[in-house]
Amino acid sequence: MDWFPLYNSLRIAAISTVVIFFLGIFAAYYIAKAPRLVKGTLDVALTLPLVLPPTVMGYLLLRLLGPNRLIGQWVLEQFGVKMVMTWWSAIFATVAVAFPLMYRTARGAFESFDETLAQAGKTLGLSNAYIFWRIRMPVCRQGILAGTVLSFARALGEYGATSMIAGYTPGRTATISTTVYQLWRTGDDALAFRWVLVNVAISAVVLLAVNMLERREKAVPGKGVR
Amino acid sequence: MALEVDVEKTYGAFRLEASFRTEGEPLALLGPSGCGKSLTLKCIAGIQRPDRGRIVLDGQVLFDSAARIDLPPQRRRVGYLFQQYALFPHMTVAENIAAGCRGLGREERKKRTAELAAMLRLEGLEGLRPRQLSGGQQQRTALARILASEPRAILLDEPFSALDGHLKWQLEPELKDVLDGFAGAAVWVTHDLEEAYRNCPRVCVMEAGRTGPVRDMAALPSDPRTVVAARLTGCRNCAAAEPEAGTGRLRVPQWGASLRAAAPWRAGARAVGIREECLRPAAEEDENVLDCAVVRRVEDVSAGVLLLRPRGGGPDAPLLRMKVEKGAALPEGDTLRVVLPPEDILILE
Repeated sequence: MDWFPLYNSLRIAAISTVVIFFLGIFAAYYIAKAPRLVKGTLDVALTLPLVLPPTVMGYLLLRLLGPNRLIGQWVLEQFGVKMVMTWWSAIFATVAVAFPLMYRTARGAFESFDETLAQAGKTLGLSNAYIFWRIRMPVCRQGILAGTVLSFARALGEYGATSMIAGYTPGRTATISTTVYQLWRTGDDALAFRWVLVNVAISAVVLLAVNMLERREKAVPGKGVR
Repeated sequence: MALEVDVEKTYGAFRLEASFRTEGEPLALLGPSGCGKSLTLKCIAGIQRPDRGRIVLDGQVLFDSAARIDLPPQRRRVGYLFQQYALFPHMTVAENIAAGCRGLGREERKKRTAELAAMLRLEGLEGLRPRQLSGGQQQRTALARILASEPRAILLDEPFSALDGHLKWQLEPELKDVLDGFAGAAVWVTHDLEEAYRNCPRVCVMEAGRTGPVRDMAALPSDPRTVVAARLTGCRNCAAAEPEAGTGRLRVPQWGASLRAAAPWRAGARAVGIREECLRPAAEEDENVLDCAVVRRVEDVSAGVLLLRPRGGGPDAPLLRMKVEKGAALPEGDTLRVVLPPEDILILE
């Protein structure tokens, strides 16, 4: 059994989770504070990828990043790099599709944050960076952690947009999800089933980890959000 | 250290116009809920920005709309005791206090935290998190954290609103001790006259976003001067009044009365008030007598209260309250002649 799809899926999911983490928190923090109209508009725009079919996302990404398209052409001319059909092309797909999960859960956490804590920090002379990273983030950590794990899980399972933008090249762009489809299509049912088991196992471990984290939060007295 | 405040801010339909000066001893900012007391404190701390005005602390301009000065809260050195204390829930008591020690090295910070914990009787609790503490311990932690930041002024926003009544009695003297040991300015926001009276020698009454003059606390109950101050000091009977032409008496339409007051009418006055304990049944020779229907009698813990409707007054005028001895036989529905002694009538703005 060639383990490349597992390795490829994990690195794509890991990199996109890091990207989504910072993008999502940045967007959530500023949009939570934005005026109503701006908030409503951006909220719809940023949540859309969650409800659109992944193939539609894939199509839109191809229109932007394809070799003859706006961004794709520019990058090709400037750097001589094709943005589609490489292993890292899939990161665009997974980021686009999983981003709303991080953004929405983080925004929910930020919105329920007690602003007087930040105000108290300011009157005590604490810098805005300290207040954000040492007060706001730890107090909101449950929501942020949940968003991160959900994003990772979603990125790991992404199929539609990934297959359109990265294709299926064994040993180069194959992920677990595209491999399962390819194996099933070519009639290699036994191998497809093994990959299915691998996927189920990873997802179960991730969810188990989340549950254990939550239980630990509850078990330690005085820990967690008021 | 002197704190001078003169700010205006429009907040939706609400308009704040706060102006006062305080130095040394705590100043009570006294007023009913929603009158803008907390908003005033937030403007001083820099959490809210006034539309116009000037705030000066210890000679340093914190805010001046004309000169476009608006120091961030971090540089104002104004401590703020929030109603719910705003302790950082994920930090221990020691970490909360240490967070207030700005610009100190590791060792100094540790030392200062220990000193403050000892001063506020938090020893042994350093490793606990805020929600494992009692209300009083939370308040002391918040105070220690504020003192750690070495503020030049401390603002207290209804410091006992989050606590039970009996705890309040225990904690109030402690808070007063801390403030007595504090050299800077202090503003104590409350809606409770008794709390203000016990702890603050000076008082500024606030009403619907406007502050009155700063006055001696001791003089407030006997000479409230405004309707709001009268109500806050427990004067329940207030009604609009105006001088009668030529007679030197006061016309009170809601009570259907023409009264003589011992105190002179002032420019700006608009109402009279009389405390419920000053009303008494009239004798033949009395002046300022009102014929009243006894609408209801209420048994309070230590006294009875009669609710009276003046016969000559309007049907929807507020009822007069008169304190009587417990168990005094005065059935509802009876007519009672009461006297409003001229020397007890307050002239109010």
